[in-house]
Amino acid sequence: MCPGVGKTYAMLGAAQQELADKVDIVVGVVETHRRVETEALLKGLPVIQRKVIEYKGIQLTEMDLEAILARKPKVVLVDELAHTNAPGSRHPKRYQDVIELLDAGIDVLTTLNVQHIESRADAVRQITGAPVNETVPDSILELADEIELVDLTPEALLERLRQGKVYLGDRAAAAAENFFKDTHITALRELALRFTAERMDKRLREMRASGGKTVWRSGERLLVGVGPSPSSTQLVRWTKRMAAAQGAAWIAVNVESARNLAPEARRRLDQNLSLARELGAEVVVTHDESAADALLRVALQNKATQIVVGRSRNPRWLDIIRGGSLLDRLLRMREPIDIYVVPPERLDKGPWIDWSSRSPSPQREYGAAMGVIAAVTAVGWFLAPHTAYMSVGLLYLMAVIGLSLKVGRWPVLLAGVVSAVAWDFLFIPPLFTFTITRMEDRIMFCMYFVVALVTGQLTARVRAQERHERLREERATALFHLTRALSAAKTLDDGVFAALRQADELFSAQTALLLSDEEGLGLAPHFAGSFAIDEKETGVADWVWHNRKKAGRFTDTLPSSKGFYAPLVREDKGLGVLVVKVAPDATLTLAQRDLIEGFAAQIALLVEREFLRAAGEREKLLVESERLHRTLLDGVSHELKTPLAVLESVGENIAEADPSLRANLVGEMRTATRRLTRLVNNLLDQTRLESGALRPKLDWCDTQDLLNAAIAGVEDSLAGHPFEVVVPPDMPLFRADSALMEQVIANLLLNAARHTPAGTPIFLAAGIDGARKRVFFTVADRGPGFPMEMRERLFQKFQRGDAARAGGLGLGLSIIRGFVAAQGGDVMVGENPGGGSVFTVYLPYEPHGEVPSE
Amino acid sequence: MTEEGSRLEVLVIDDETQIRRLLRVTLESAGYRVREADAGLPGLAEVTFRRPAAVILDLGLPDISGCDVLKRLREWSQVPVLVLSVLGQDDQKIGALDAGADDYLTKPFSGGELLARLRVMLRRGQPSDDLKVIRFGEVEVDLVRRVVTRGGQDVKLTAKEYALLRLLAVNAGKVIVHRQILRELWGPNAEEQTQYLRVYIGRLRQKLEENPNNPRHLRTESGIGYRLVVE
Repeated sequence: MCPGVGKTYAMLGAAQQELADKVDIVVGVVETHRRVETEALLKGLPVIQRKVIEYKGIQLTEMDLEAILARKPKVVLVDELAHTNAPGSRHPKRYQDVIELLDAGIDVLTTLNVQHIESRADAVRQITGAPVNETVPDSILELADEIELVDLTPEALLERLRQGKVYLGDRAAAAAENFFKDTHITALRELALRFTAERMDKRLREMRASGGKTVWRSGERLLVGVGPSPSSTQLVRWTKRMAAAQGAAWIAVNVESARNLAPEARRRLDQNLSLARELGAEVVVTHDESAADALLRVALQNKATQIVVGRSRNPRWLDIIRGGSLLDRLLRMREPIDIYVVPPERLDKGPWIDWSSRSPSPQREYGAAMGVIAAVTAVGWFLAPHTAYMSVGLLYLMAVIGLSLKVGRWPVLLAGVVSAVAWDFLFIPPLFTFTITRMEDRIMFCMYFVVALVTGQLTARVRAQERHERLREERATALFHLTRALSAAKTLDDGVFAALRQADELFSAQTALLLSDEEGLGLAPHFAGSFAIDEKETGVADWVWHNRKKAGRFTDTLPSSKGFYAPLVREDKGLGVLVVKVAPDATLTLAQRDLIEGFAAQIALLVEREFLRAAGEREKLLVESERLHRTLLDGVSHELKTPLAVLESVGENIAEADPSLRANLVGEMRTATRRLTRLVNNLLDQTRLESGALRPKLDWCDTQDLLNAAIAGVEDSLAGHPFEVVVPPDMPLFRADSALMEQVIANLLLNAARHTPAGTPIFLAAGIDGARKRVFFTVADRGPGFPMEMRERLFQKFQRGDAARAGGLGLGLSIIRGFVAAQGGDVMVGENPGGGSVFTVYLPYEPHGEVPSE
Repeated sequence: MTEEGSRLEVLVIDDETQIRRLLRVTLESAGYRVREADAGLPGLAEVTFRRPAAVILDLGLPDISGCDVLKRLREWSQVPVLVLSVLGQDDQKIGALDAGADDYLTKPFSGGELLARLRVMLRRGQPSDDLKVIRFGEVEVDLVRRVVTRGGQDVKLTAKEYALLRLLAVNAGKVIVHRQILRELWGPNAEEQTQYLRVYIGRLRQKLEENPNNPRHLRTESGIGYRLVVE
């Protein structure tokens, strides 16, 4: 109700009861004003220490929001809901802290005086005459599960005041003088009672109508026009009250016209609109030269049933010239819409139209207008003796219409007036007087005046509308360009880069983007940003990301930050934060901020697309790696177990075996060990290749040496195949890693021997190609060959030819390719003319440096 | 068999029990006496106290690396050392040979190969007057007269060719790493110029080998060096 009635006391009483019920309850902030009874009630309640904030050398204490969120109690006590936080806090207002607490699932017990309720602030001001600075939006009261009215009769309150129970010390008297008047308290009490009753009533009706769901009971829809004037603030509050009383939805409409608003007015307009938004209105911004037309259009589009307007403050004549005041024109329409007219509370002070910046360079335009009129006057002066003065009038008219195509409406208006006066004075008889004697001249003069003014104004208006169309189109184009750039972007980085550069240009700002990782664990700045976010600002970004609400400059959350922060949200998931930083003296209009949010939405889409794509890729990789894993496991276990089984059985039998059989057993054992050795070597090589640990040591190699070594390693496998080696006598030295190349050749030979029928020949050749750029090694066989479509796949690991005999892991060719590639070469498979396949290994060649002669 | 080793003592330094046991069986059956050490430092102590005829040294040891063992050993002892390594340890192998190892074997190896290498090593280790003339195949290298003949015919060699042949011949049976040959013949600046070696070895093979494309004596140890095989 009002200070001193015992809200805090009542709250603490409730808290003590909760405590007795063993509820996890803590004190976030309680102002006891050192009242003894109140302080006594604090006993036993755990208190979260307040945070100290330094501001201009003064130490202020504020509720520690982070500490409470971290402590996460069931219930928290937050006194004085309407309190304004110290500058530099997370939110400017305490009620915003409370919203965050509620969002975090923490119940809040709080206190509020009726004069601090936004929609009642005007009423209170009218009653008490004292301005109300700290207000909370009505919407927060809609969040309350329960409202308890702390009521006290005026007499009792004044008695308490006299006893010094309200404010201590000498402040009591001063306070009583100003605020605690009997009449005031009674009025405030009535307000509080009525507010609570209205709320109760609304609750009941809602429950009856919807069974719990909030639907608009009445189908009523209110629409209010919002401008930059302070009286608009009043209108907004008034409409909110009306809407709340009727249980109706409401819309706040701002009609932008060609007029440039002064920065102060622009700020106030934004304030009015965000107030409307806070109070629960849907905000619509539209462009039109005629406010009445725009209001009507929006009203019809949104099926509004009631329109609220302020009473016109224009002089009557101006309204008539303009085709009637807004109110007149609304009243004349035929739609079944109720009109409410709210009188302005007091005269607004100060202009809200920026006279100084109404046109690009007004002085020059006035000059041009006057110049043209002077020129026409001069021409008319010379023509006058030869023609009737009427034609001079037409000349003037032409000049005015011409001017209206080039300059703003005020210079045109001036030109119209000046030309009319000049015409009358210099040309219409009697000359050099302002009097007009002949009736027809008078009529003509009047007609001239009206025609000049109307055409001038009409043309100017058309031009203004054109400019608006252009602005609107620019916005649409910006979004279109963005969408196109984003859909053309092949990667996320491309897209982000394009989007940020467009934003930079469009808003003449610096932009940055912070993206969350896919697990949603942290935010990281994207490299495409045009500025780096410092640590404090990162905190803002974190808040925006967690709460998925915009914040920063031009908003209610952390307004002292440098940038405007828009969240990237897709399906309730914060994907990142878009930051736009304009110069300290520049502003972002509501439309621009909407556009930024549009940008953020588009980028969010892109990011989501990227995340989905990455997830799909991972899924695919997982499947692939599972397949490999299985193949490897199957293959390795088979390949390892076979020779191991042989070894084991040889080991068991060799002692008792017949001496004649012993040689056979030993032979088997040798074969098995060789097979095992080869398998282990292959696995090691593959691992070396994949771990990237393979560093070829290039050195000069002698072909013959190399082939000899390779052949020596596989000689016994080649047995049974006619084998031929061809090396040209002038084969030069080449650079390669001899160990790797030995293995490549050996593996190719082994493959050929293993996969071709016994008795078929194998050829090994080396040489240098015609251009002496590459050396090559070929291994050819007369085996079954490979079908075309298998050839590329052959070199992948765990791939084996269809006709391959059992055994082998399918690693051989993959290792060959890896080894050759590591030395800068290439390997291919082709068809051997006459049957079979040919594997060719190419290595880059360059001649060696000179060997010194002796 | 027993007379081959004539009870010479061989020290095996390897941390793998199974390898030590296997080597013991192989060596003892060939008539050697075997001492074992399971790490580098105990191995060095054994060499000091027992003065073995040869050392078989694994490169991967738990305390200090095989190369370090070799370096410390070579500060005071010329005992022949055979190095054991696994595939892919070429750098360590070269390092060990450069540090004074006499030969190397890559695991897995056969017992026969091991004994053959050991034999060559021990023979070289013995002081002998034969060093004046080295014979392989049809070739005779007279180190005193600096004359090389093949089947009784004089073979004309350039100074560098002779120097190369001489280096391999005095170390017959032992692997000489590229770097060492290049250093001794062309000076320390030429240590990386392996193409010189390829060219000169090629020329020597053309002049001395029966089938230069498949040399029997002037053997390549790929990636490591050359060895002259005399038997």
